[in-house]
Amino acid sequence: MAPAFLASRTVPSGYMKKLLRLMTHALIGAAAATLPFGGAAQAQTARATAPNVETFTLDNGLDVVVVPDRRAPVVTHMIWYRAGSADEPPGKSGIAHFLEHLMFKGTKKHPAGEFSNQVSELGGQENAFTSYDYTAYYQRVPKTALKTVMEFEADRMTGLVLTDEVVLPERDVILEERRMRTDSDPSAQLSEAVSAALWMNHPYGLPIIGWEHEMQTLNRDDAIAFYERFYTPNNAILVIAGDVDKAEVETLARETYGAVPRRFATPVRNRPTEPPQLAARQVALADARVRQPSVSRVYLSPSYRTAEGEQAYALDLLSVILGGGSTSRLYRSLVVEQGIAASAGAYYSGTALDANRFAVYALPRPGVELTALEKAIDAEIGRLTRDGVTPEELDRAKTRLIAETIYDLDNQTSLARTFGVALTTGMSVEDVVNWPERIKAVTAEDVAAAARTVLVTRQSVTGLLEPAPTGDRP
Amino acid sequence: MIVRGLLVIVMSFMVVQGAAAAAKIQRVISPSGIEAWLVSEDTVPVIAMDFAFRGGSAQDDAAKPGVANLLSGLLDEGAGNLDSQAFQQRLEETSVEIAFGATRDSFDGSLKTLSEKKEDAFELLRLAVTEARLDAEPIERIRAQTLARLRHNSTDPGDIAQETFAASAFPDHPYGLRTIGTEESVAAITRDDLVQFRANNFARSNLVVAVVGAIDAETLAPALDRIFGALPAEPKLKPVAEIWPKNIGQNQVIDLDVPQTTILFGRGGLMREDPDYIPAVVMNHILGGGTFTSRLFTEVREKRGLAYSVYSYLDPMERSGLLAGGVATKNERAGEAIDLIEAQFRSLSEDGPTEDELAKAKKYLTGSYALNFDSSAKIARGLKQIRLNHLPIDYIDNRNALIEAVTVDDVKRVAKRLLGDGQLLVVAVGKPVGFGSASRGGVAPEAARGAAAE
Repeated sequence: MAPAFLASRTVPSGYMKKLLRLMTHALIGAAAATLPFGGAAQAQTARATAPNVETFTLDNGLDVVVVPDRRAPVVTHMIWYRAGSADEPPGKSGIAHFLEHLMFKGTKKHPAGEFSNQVSELGGQENAFTSYDYTAYYQRVPKTALKTVMEFEADRMTGLVLTDEVVLPERDVILEERRMRTDSDPSAQLSEAVSAALWMNHPYGLPIIGWEHEMQTLNRDDAIAFYERFYTPNNAILVIAGDVDKAEVETLARETYGAVPRRFATPVRNRPTEPPQLAARQVALADARVRQPSVSRVYLSPSYRTAEGEQAYALDLLSVILGGGSTSRLYRSLVVEQGIAASAGAYYSGTALDANRFAVYALPRPGVELTALEKAIDAEIGRLTRDGVTPEELDRAKTRLIAETIYDLDNQTSLARTFGVALTTGMSVEDVVNWPERIKAVTAEDVAAAARTVLVTRQSVTGLLEPAPTGDRP
Repeated sequence: MIVRGLLVIVMSFMVVQGAAAAAKIQRVISPSGIEAWLVSEDTVPVIAMDFAFRGGSAQDDAAKPGVANLLSGLLDEGAGNLDSQAFQQRLEETSVEIAFGATRDSFDGSLKTLSEKKEDAFELLRLAVTEARLDAEPIERIRAQTLARLRHNSTDPGDIAQETFAASAFPDHPYGLRTIGTEESVAAITRDDLVQFRANNFARSNLVVAVVGAIDAETLAPALDRIFGALPAEPKLKPVAEIWPKNIGQNQVIDLDVPQTTILFGRGGLMREDPDYIPAVVMNHILGGGTFTSRLFTEVREKRGLAYSVYSYLDPMERSGLLAGGVATKNERAGEAIDLIEAQFRSLSEDGPTEDELAKAKKYLTGSYALNFDSSAKIARGLKQIRLNHLPIDYIDNRNALIEAVTVDDVKRVAKRLLGDGQLLVVAVGKPVGFGSASRGGVAPEAARGAAAE
């Protein structure tokens, strides 16, 4: 809930270039998790430079990850469920996220508000977020409060109590959330259409927050049904980062989560898969509210879980070389040399259970047609798939990605997130810890091969955001 | 004590939560007199530096806002004998991250480096701060990016609301202008404007520096001189007039074809050095602060489902202060939402908080303070802000005691002073229903203006 007024003052990270990057990302609609209490979801990655991580599993099947960071007497406590919007039943879009909100409405043991009051009195901060493949709840608290939040979190794994008195106002809240995030922003509306076109069969094509007409019908029974299908210790991961060690956590976890019974068999997540994609698609949104147009191209691409060999690692490097900053090919060519774009870049969403997206985008300078930008993007992609990448480019990209993992060591919450995302999207702790070594091993040939396999137009959707013709109201 | 030509004065201990994690804040003074606050901490092989020149976009020419902001986008786009691409490549090869930004009252910078690359990092930062080239190509490119953002903002409900709110609260004052500028002003900025701003604002006496990470005082002191030593001793800042928010009691409605109304509201707040500031922090926490237990959150969201987000905050400035907040609700319920919020302002003003509310607010505010200091980047940012706020080096040690000392009577007094009759300047963007666009609550605009200058 960052204050909004004059953001450059109140949000210290609001530096112009970062803002522009964020804006661009928002314009292009990089899929993000949604949160129950505001704030922007961070980019999710699953990589780390060998932090001192330890794991164990309780008898009831709860996986536990401990990431000691003893610099301050603070801990980040997160519980992750292997359940996201892509696991929703047909016609119930938004129920994973709605349930996430309703998890704050009290249990048999602790009535509504008690947990939040307790966290607040302990000097803690809390929130939760939902994405395609996971739902997670967390508290950041002084170390001395760890056991208390573990008790509360374990309690709401089984004891949720919902009545229409709390469910119906909260449904209004998520509808307001949708109005805020999506309906007030043409680029977010276009992003929904791009996703719906990209996944012809897989539920990643549905928005995490849900379609409005389906959200309006969600009720208590839908929420409880989703809860009773996915919320069980054997379908969850506990991640604790901060001023703790494995022995302490093991004792506390047995006393709290250890008492929660395995409620049902671990759900199997078999989503409908994509057929071969044979037709390039294009979606366009013209709206009177658009004054800065944009073009994006989103390719269906393997995720870390579905990719073969080094392909996903190569795609991460490809996204940096093609569009990861001021020296990237798209930025250099379209923004610096040709001067036809105000901004250009690329990103790869590889941490996902199923095939996900590799995207490129550009924002035109005034007077430049989107078709001209698209041609320029295609020319750069063509050059890269034809000639490959240079050793210097590859080295710079590796240096950058590996340095980011070292910088992440400074932030216990992002470390905790790293492991949570990995373990809910089919990766292992070893995958995370070995990530820098695997990145180092990628060759220029790997990157070129990945580009040739993934950057194929018939497996893509092009999204055009344009101003409405004069006089045309949306 | 003098250690090899550098001065390390008193140390303060950050004992926010238990002595075990006490981190020493050292006052490091370079041979040429540049002062940095340092927390030397080598667990993670990273160094974070945050610094700021007092001044900021309030120093922009009133006829041409956006100069400070545009300059902040250009310092790492070529410096010394490195052109833009060469400079960016050096950053990538060394994994050094440099960022600049302008706020209303300061021009800020930050540096993040792996400790093994610190020599490269300090040299790149020196170049950016003292020898940025401001070549024509990057000026046009960053100008184009800024204009793209302004065009995007021009139809974004939140940005429209912020711009309108600032202009209404601070007419004919630098705080009424957006740091980013306008499409017209950004288009008109020249290289000379940028050079002039830099010459007037980048100096040693208005510079604050905070450093956290794997570096010691002996290494930092000479580095400070290397990075900043070439800057002039004194800046040439123009005075900024004190101002208190105007148009309290007024509604401004901006028509936008969206299903939800974005609302900003506010009235006079406090400068940071006001003796009532700490009680005001407690008061704001009870009213609409950052947990899920505030009065606004409970009444607007929890009980009625009127909004996803509702909050209030104190926004202290060098020459003013705001108590402001925001909410977004569907058009049909906008009038209901703002009436409810005003009622909350009034009831806290009239009745003050309960003992229980005060006790809970103190527990949260003292308990959570440590969460602001759990990473090097956050500590560096926090120390820089403490210095910008003119607070002493032992502030972190004393801050929780200041919160603890706040009484119900203190909060009552401050609530009366700040919330007054509950009249607000309200800006609404959307198609709000039940929402006049004139004055509110039977208070004539002129009277409201008079009351605003508390």
